[in-house]
Amino acid sequence: MNAIIELKEIKRDFRIGNETVHALRGVSFAIEAGEFVTIMGTSGSGKSTLLNILGCLDTPTSGEYWLDGYSVRQMGKNERAELRNHKIGFVFQSYNLLPKTTSIENVELPLMYNSSVSAKERERKAVEALKAVGLQDRLYHKSNQMSGGQQQRVAIARALVNDPVLILADEATGNLDTRTSFEILTLFQELHARGRTIVFVTHNPELAAYSSRTIVLKDGRVVQDTCNADIASAKETLATLPETED
Amino acid sequence: MNFTNLFRIALRALGNNKMRGFLTMLGIIIGVASVITMLAIGQGSKRSIRAQISEMGSNMIMIHPGADMRGGVRQDPAAMQSLKLDDYESILRETRYVSACSPSVSSNGQAIYGANNYPTSMYGIHPDYLEIRKYTLTEGEMFSEQDIVSSSKVCVVGKTVVDNLFTNGENPLGKIIRFGKIPFRIIGVLTSKGYNTMGMDQDDLILAPYTTVQKRVLAITHLQSIFCSALSEAQTELAEEEISSLLRRNHKLKETDDDDFNIRSQQELSTMMNSTSDMMTVLLACIAGISLLVGGIGIMNIMYVSVTERTREIGLRMSIGAKGRDILAQFLIEAILISVTGGLIGVILGIGASWLVRVVAGWPVYVEWYSVVLSFVVCTVTGIFFGWYPARKASNLDPIEAIRYE
Repeated sequence: MNAIIELKEIKRDFRIGNETVHALRGVSFAIEAGEFVTIMGTSGSGKSTLLNILGCLDTPTSGEYWLDGYSVRQMGKNERAELRNHKIGFVFQSYNLLPKTTSIENVELPLMYNSSVSAKERERKAVEALKAVGLQDRLYHKSNQMSGGQQQRVAIARALVNDPVLILADEATGNLDTRTSFEILTLFQELHARGRTIVFVTHNPELAAYSSRTIVLKDGRVVQDTCNADIASAKETLATLPETED
Repeated sequence: MNFTNLFRIALRALGNNKMRGFLTMLGIIIGVASVITMLAIGQGSKRSIRAQISEMGSNMIMIHPGADMRGGVRQDPAAMQSLKLDDYESILRETRYVSACSPSVSSNGQAIYGANNYPTSMYGIHPDYLEIRKYTLTEGEMFSEQDIVSSSKVCVVGKTVVDNLFTNGENPLGKIIRFGKIPFRIIGVLTSKGYNTMGMDQDDLILAPYTTVQKRVLAITHLQSIFCSALSEAQTELAEEEISSLLRRNHKLKETDDDDFNIRSQQELSTMMNSTSDMMTVLLACIAGISLLVGGIGIMNIMYVSVTERTREIGLRMSIGAKGRDILAQFLIEAILISVTGGLIGVILGIGASWLVRVVAGWPVYVEWYSVVLSFVVCTVTGIFFGWYPARKASNLDPIEAIRYE
């Protein structure tokens, strides 16, 4: 198996005034292709900093980070932007869709910054991605005409459209009610089943049962890294939940 | 980075805020429209002044007797008798830059025909006067050299005089009118020239041979003025100098003496008029320019607010792969699109407003193509200039902070 992510002694310090805050104090792990990893930790554990580094939004103070074989640490802003564009799909807690914009335009967005994709291909890929998240009949709905769950599906489609090696979800179910959360989780599991590598950052310990591996951070260090042999099915959990009245 | 995509991104972003985009544009629209209209009004008045001056004869040179001191008392120039027929003849003979020359003596009086009479001026002139003053005849003919030699009692009349004396539509040709007590036969009618810039009726006159007016009407031997034409407008100054030295010699003036004549050309008048209307144009352009500036600041303001408001959007774009320069380009394109679209609408509106001013107010208006190009360029530059700062700010945002901005 080839490693999608390889972290080696990652440290990240922030200087706030005269004090140095050690957000990450040496984190090392590797994630293979096809894993569904939950990164957990309480607030202040360093999981946001780790997410930023995994997402190539930030660079570590020391240590090495390889994403799909590329060493990120020495990369400049623009190189990292390109890497994000090609290798990573982000899913955020608050969806971050463009307002008053149709699903398809929202999903097309990452490809707009990739000049090697033609307009025709862009549209085809966007439609495909929206189909993959079950929104094939909502291609031209605007973001403000959709429910939270639908919006998050659009966001996931947007994360899929560039065919990334890694999907990074940051509290992706944080803004949703329980039922919708499990719908989204089901979707993630489906994507995982189709071979996607997913890193799911959350503070909610319940969600760990639905992933193949759990990494727990505390005070900037990995305190637990366990593989989950018995993955719970979000679909089954969903079925046990009481139906909401529509 | 693909420019087409950036353009599309900017267009979509603008499309999401049509009302705001339009309101921002309004500043530029008003600015450009007013620049074009104001310059058109300025140019129009300048052109109409220039046209009137050249109608008066742009290369015309007028020589009047100058103020003289007699025992310390400055005399009324009109009472001076320093211009003589000799002066006229030597100008004709000896100058190189003068193409036509005519003496002029005038008298005000009552023109009478039948039961009608009308107060007008009679000018005693040489036929060349027509060429100098750009008069033409509609009917009949000009008097000849022979008429001058024989001081014939013939005349050519202006339209105003015809209208007032021949009220029942008679043909004035061949009719005898009286000016004062002297009868004149009308042999020609001048083409109407209308009013000049000063509001003087240029058709209210009777032209007669200068010898006739000198001898029979005024009983004088001197000339009241001499009118000349320089070979061209550009040679007016040379002609003036030539005439001046000639007249000084003729009048036997010493080095230290002042001229006893005044030479005036239309060029001075046209320079004066031009500088007046130029000043007006500059003034109007300043006002319009300020409104364009205000429009530009409007763009900056809106773009600046929009950067803050769209921080999360910028963060998102960056996290999915937009580089700083993509964001910069997007915001710049948005600013330029606003200003260029505003500029285009402004140009159309400005041309429309200029046309309206011409039709409704009847002002002479001329839309100079360069003012259109200029204001268009200025508003594009305004867009770039005022769009730059907010765009720069947007492109420098940290994606980590921007994406979580509340």
